[in-house]
Amino acid sequence: MGELIHADNLHKSFGAIRAVNGVTFRVNAGEVVGFLGPNGAGKTTTMRMLTGFLEPTHGDVVMNQLLLREDPIGARRSFGYLPEGAPAYPDMTVREYLMFIARARGIPSKEIAARIADVVMRIHLRVVVDQVIETLSKGFKRRVGIAQAIIHDPPILIMDEPTDGLDPNQKHEVRELIRTMGSTKAIVLSTHILEEVEAVCTRAVVIAAGRVVFDGTPAEFDRLAPASITRNRMDYAFRAMTSQASEVAS
Amino acid sequence: MSPWRTVFQREFKAYFATPLAAVFLVVFLFLAGILTFAMGGFFERGQADLRSLFQFVPWLFLFLAPSLSMRLWAEERRLGTIEILTTLPIPLSHAVWGKFLAAWLFSLLALALTMPLWVTVSWLGDPDHGAIVAGYVASAMVSGIFLAIGGCVSATTKNQVIAFVVTVVVCFLAMLSGFPLVLDFFRGWLAAGAVDAIASVSVLSHFNSLMRGVVELRDIVYFASAICGLLIATHFMIDWRKSA
Repeated sequence: MGELIHADNLHKSFGAIRAVNGVTFRVNAGEVVGFLGPNGAGKTTTMRMLTGFLEPTHGDVVMNQLLLREDPIGARRSFGYLPEGAPAYPDMTVREYLMFIARARGIPSKEIAARIADVVMRIHLRVVVDQVIETLSKGFKRRVGIAQAIIHDPPILIMDEPTDGLDPNQKHEVRELIRTMGSTKAIVLSTHILEEVEAVCTRAVVIAAGRVVFDGTPAEFDRLAPASITRNRMDYAFRAMTSQASEVAS
Repeated sequence: MSPWRTVFQREFKAYFATPLAAVFLVVFLFLAGILTFAMGGFFERGQADLRSLFQFVPWLFLFLAPSLSMRLWAEERRLGTIEILTTLPIPLSHAVWGKFLAAWLFSLLALALTMPLWVTVSWLGDPDHGAIVAGYVASAMVSGIFLAIGGCVSATTKNQVIAFVVTVVVCFLAMLSGFPLVLDFFRGWLAAGAVDAIASVSVLSHFNSLMRGVVELRDIVYFASAICGLLIATHFMIDWRKSA
């Protein structure tokens, strides 16, 4: 398997505001890409364009060799998506919700129960599986969001802040899960947490003011900080990169 | 399972997951009862028919259908679940139809619960069953068109209260557009052809014509095409928000 995601020169304007201004990157199978950037840099907008929730003003998305614009249904089959804030229907139980997603994803009825049992085990949802989503803690809600994204075992995963709101133990579990899945899938995850990049990502893409300002491995990212910096080197490199870009943009 | 059925099932069950279903059914039946017996003169008219019920159905649905339709899309937007729904591999048209049919079936359930009245008139006298069937068909059509309007309005906002209020106003205008009061207002500044067109889209005149007991193709075509048109408009509205 080769290239699974290709974001080609994506632009998005909301009225006069240019949220994303020419973002291009590619992700292959076996890669976990950390999508970084300050708040308002265009991370969520870019992810929304990758999944087709927003239409780019200009540019194209190719998912699993399918042009999203031409074959939206085919392209959508090939990815799982955890949107910002991990939304889910609050009035459904976890099981009902996963069943709904599984059916909508076209998983054959005979397999649905087994698939649900599998994700429930992998994401540790067993204790809440018959609980109404409304009553779940933030951490469990986030995990339900991850469960619905992987229930059909897609080759591509797009996750907007998958570890946000989780406690350190849960963060560790989710990172382990992502690392395991990352060996075969193409994964894009957005995060604010730079250690997460070191912990799970094979590559980092940094965007600022709607443009890609860095695309490389975590080690390369680290090398951007001068040798004199000994602590929080990634923080330093991130600040240097993103503040420059924001100044140029303004 | 066909994608529209998946959406339809979820949506239909969602009405029963909250007190909405119970509140709606109780209020609908309570008001239908009061209007039929107190204002419609069900017994006083001395006729074995259900006109005293049906004449109030459009007015009941005017306020109650928007309470069913307001959540259809506005709630998805508020919760953010629209991002999940519209990125699942199901055609948007299936989502639009599934949601509409769930709301419609629910309103038909409310209508079906008035059927004891039918049993009562059959027991008291010898009603024209064809006319009663026509009355139910007309009522179902009115609820369908109001829910389609409501779904379309709901697709434009994430605020359910706004969706409710705007839907009531639009349904009210659609209902009364054949009335002299409305037509006189337009007659001042629109061509005669345009005024006739407005008159012909009146929900109430098509409802009354159906209720007279003659199920005419013209009226059915009117309701069916209006509902389809509104669902297509809903589809476009959601698509448009994607590229806006």
